[in-house]
Parts: sequence; structure tokens; C-alpha cells
Amino acid sequence: MIKVENLSKNYGTVEAVKSISFELNGGQVVGFLGANGAGKSTTLKIMTGYISPSSGNVYYGDRNIQDDTSDIQKDIGYLPELNPLYSEMIVHDYLQFISEIRGIPSSDFKNAFQRVVEECSLNAVAHRTIGNCSKGYKQRIGLAAAMIHDPKILILDEPVTGLDPNQIVEIRQLIKKLGKEKIVLMSSHILQEIQATVDRIIIINEGSIVADGSSDELLNDSAKGKAQLKMEVNNADENDIRDMKATIPSIDITDIVKNDSSIEINLEFLSNSDPRVDIFNYAVSKKWIIIEMVASKQNLEDIFRKLTGKGNLS
Amino acid sequence: MQNTITIFKRELKSFFDSPMAYVFLIVFALLNGWFFTTTFFLYGQSDLRTLFNIVPLVYLFFIPGVTMGLISREKGLGTIEIISTLPIEDRDIVLGKYLSAVALIGIALLSTLLHFITLSTFGNSIDYGAVFTGYLGLILVGSVYASIGVFSSAVTDNQVISFIIGIAIIFVFWLFDKVLIFMPDFLAGTIQYLSVEFHLSNISRGVIDTRNIIYFGSVIGFFLFLTTRLVESRRWS
Repeated sequence: MIKVENLSKNYGTVEAVKSISFELNGGQVVGFLGANGAGKSTTLKIMTGYISPSSGNVYYGDRNIQDDTSDIQKDIGYLPELNPLYSEMIVHDYLQFISEIRGIPSSDFKNAFQRVVEECSLNAVAHRTIGNCSKGYKQRIGLAAAMIHDPKILILDEPVTGLDPNQIVEIRQLIKKLGKEKIVLMSSHILQEIQATVDRIIIINEGSIVADGSSDELLNDSAKGKAQLKMEVNNADENDIRDMKATIPSIDITDIVKNDSSIEINLEFLSNSDPRVDIFNYAVSKKWIIIEMVASKQNLEDIFRKLTGKGNLS
Repeated sequence: MQNTITIFKRELKSFFDSPMAYVFLIVFALLNGWFFTTTFFLYGQSDLRTLFNIVPLVYLFFIPGVTMGLISREKGLGTIEIISTLPIEDRDIVLGKYLSAVALIGIALLSTLLHFITLSTFGNSIDYGAVFTGYLGLILVGSVYASIGVFSSAVTDNQVISFIIGIAIIFVFWLFDKVLIFMPDFLAGTIQYLSVEFHLSNISRGVIDTRNIIYFGSVIGFFLFLTTRLVESRRWS
């Protein structure tokens, strides 16, 4: 188990991470989601022992990363955000170099090399100079280096950056498979990637954790038991729209937007009721022309925007 | 120790995987060869004193050139994050890199054996003891300058700046012996003890004194200690 306890990191006067706490257990893939500069990479760097926190602790079982850095690093496979590599080295030699420092006996290296080459689809470039490999291959070389010693913990900072859609699916499946037996923490700013890959999402904003739970839990928590309905009507009077609440008490009108030839109405209602028939009958009584009426569900992006107050992630 | 050897092997291979090592070795051999041969036949002396005087000067540019990228390049490319998150102590990283630079200096010195062969062929009454201690002195001075070079490389992530800092510090150590006459008496002894030239000249004369060896060992240890602290300082940035 990994326990992050009141972790803070200051760069000068800038508070990059503000007293965050969470726990990670084996057998699940956890996604670390946040905009650029939110504090994701700083947290991961502290967790891997690359930098020290200003305050707080990271425990791996009962060992503190500050005290047993090298010992804990034996159990961690880490893919840094920018995936720096020795471009002049041959892929095989690079993985051998990493495995030597990881303490893998030379007799076991061949098997370990074959395993990661297979899992990361590196057959075509195994004996090529890293500098001559494509960005997608470089990303997979970094991943292979993180996995060469079959670690108990994988910390992956933006693991699918630079991969094409087919490669993303392959790596996603690999991460899911690894997550069944290891602790996998991956960061990403690609919402769809996080949603498709992880079991649990931690959203970080301006150095603080603003949400922590499964995708479904986050959606339910955010919606607070309410559902949304969006309708577009013609021939409607704005006063009639506002009076609709008096006729159908279970709804709340959240927004009215006047377009050139129509009016857009956004409604909220308790998700255990369905006021659509009443709304339809009200519209008919007022001789509105309904162009569109659609129940909308919140997605992760809406939640992210709501929690971070930002429109985009990159 | 195993990790130090792994880093050492990688660095040495990296030197020879790029044209840099070959360019440095050729330039080193040519410079020393030119300075040696232009005076060797002129004076008609059976010794390598000219070579032992000129190599420390060539070191002034050669060694910062060899060491400038050892740590600064890792910082610049970000690969320092890879090796620092592997189960390896920072001191092993520094020591492995330092030893690779010393090994390259040793290889460069091998090229000067050609002059020794020339001396053995054409000269007579050669003082082989002085030749041995002369080479020992060059290796020790090279090792001191390499420790300064590795330190300079850890100061910045820019290789050019690292090269300039390396030359500047080595130049100060080289200069100590030259400015002695301008020093007040109470400082002269200390400045002389700090001078690399002073200790080298003792060894080159064929005298292996423990004080000289302690001096070289202390300076190397001091700069490698500072380098390790600099590498560790990333944690607290």
C-alpha cells in the first residue's frame, strides 16, 4: 500500500502541491487527472524520490521514501513525463543498462528483455539506435525501461503521449492487465484516456485534490441526484417559459438562451422523476413548436470543468 | 560498486559512440607531439621533461572538454530524472562518470608513449624512474582536473558554460604557482601548497612524497564531494 500524507511542495513562493493525501492499493489502476501545472508531475516526482517534499510524507508500506529511497526505488517502475532517453544508445543496450542498475542478473536479462519487447511491441526496433526511433517507439522504450524489472508499482506520467490510436489501445490494455496485480498510478490530461483505462480517478487542481473516486462515483456525486434536460422551442413567450415551474413543480429552469429563431431552455429535475410528458403537454397548451428535447448526462469533462473552473486541459 | 562500474561502462562507451572522443584524442596527440618533437631534437636531451611540462597545459582545455557534458548533458536532456529514480546512490553516479573521464585521460596519455619509444630508441642514459613518476604525476594531475571538470558539469545544464567554468577553476589552480612572487610571505606557503604545479614538479623529479599524494587525493575528494552534493541538491530545488 502507498500512503501519501499531507504532501506539500513549494518552488520559491509558488505552492505547487498543497497538503494532499491519498492512498493507493494493489489491483487497481489509478488515474491522476489535472490541467498542466496542477501539480501532477511534482507529486509523481516526490513519490519516486526524484525530489523531496517541502512537508509531508510518502509511505510504501511502513517505509518512507525520504529515508529508504534506493530500497523503495527497486520496487518502482517510473516513466517520466518527457520520457528522456539516451538517444545515442541502442534499444537493447539501454534496457540492459537499466536492468544492470536494477540488479537483474545477466542470466535473467534475456527473458526480461524478451518480455518487455513483446509487451511493448518493440521487435522492429530492438537493435536500433534510440535517436532513430519514432516518437511512439520512444514512448514504448520508456515504458519498457519502467517495466524491465517487473516492478510491484508502476508510476506513469502521461504514458500514451505520442502514440497513435492503435498503439494507445494496446498500451491501455497492457496497463489494465498490469493493474490487476500491481499498483499502477498514471497521470494524463486526456480525459477519455483516463476514463477508459483507470478504476479510480484523482483530480488535482492548483495543487489540491478536488475529487477522488471511480468514474461513476464522480458523476453521481457531481450530479447530486439531479438530471438535466435541454429543449429548443419556437413560438414561445419568455414569461410562459418562466411560468412552467408553477405548473410543473418538479423542475428547475437553469438557463434560457434566446437564439435568432428559437429559444433554448435548460432544465434540471430530480433523477427519480420524469417530467417530460408534463413538459410536452405544457408546450402543446402554449402552442410551442418543440424542435428538440433531450435529456443530457454529465460527463467527466463537465465535472472536470466544474471542479477546476477551466475550459480545457492542455 | 557494481552500479559505479555500470555507469562507468556506459559513459566510456558513450564517449566512443560519438566522434567527440576521437576528435579529442587526435587533437591531444597532435598537440603534444608537435610541442615534444619541435624541442626534442633541438636540445638533444634523453628525457621527457618537455612532454611533462606541456601536457598539463594541454589538459587545461582538453579535460574540461571531456567532462563538460558528463552531468550537464543529463540535466539538459532530462535523463538525470531516469538515473536518479533508479536504485543507485548519487555518489555512485558521480564516481562512475568521474572514472570514465579519468579512463579517457589515461587512453589519451597512452598516445604519448610513442614519444617514450622514440626516446628509448634514440636516447641513452634514460632515467626510467623519472619517466615513471612523470607519467604518475600526469595521471594524478589529470585526475584532479577531471574532478574539477565533473564538478563544473554539475553546476549547470549548459555544456558550454560548464566548459568555461572548468577552464576557469583549473586555470586558478595552475596559476597559484605563477603568482607566488606577488604574494605576501604569510600567504605564500599556503598558496604554494594549493598549487598543482608545485606537487607535480615534486613527483616529476622522481620524488613520491606522501604529502603530494595526500594533496591530490584531497582535492579530488573535495570536488567529488561537492559534485555529489550538487547532484543531490535537485531534491531541494
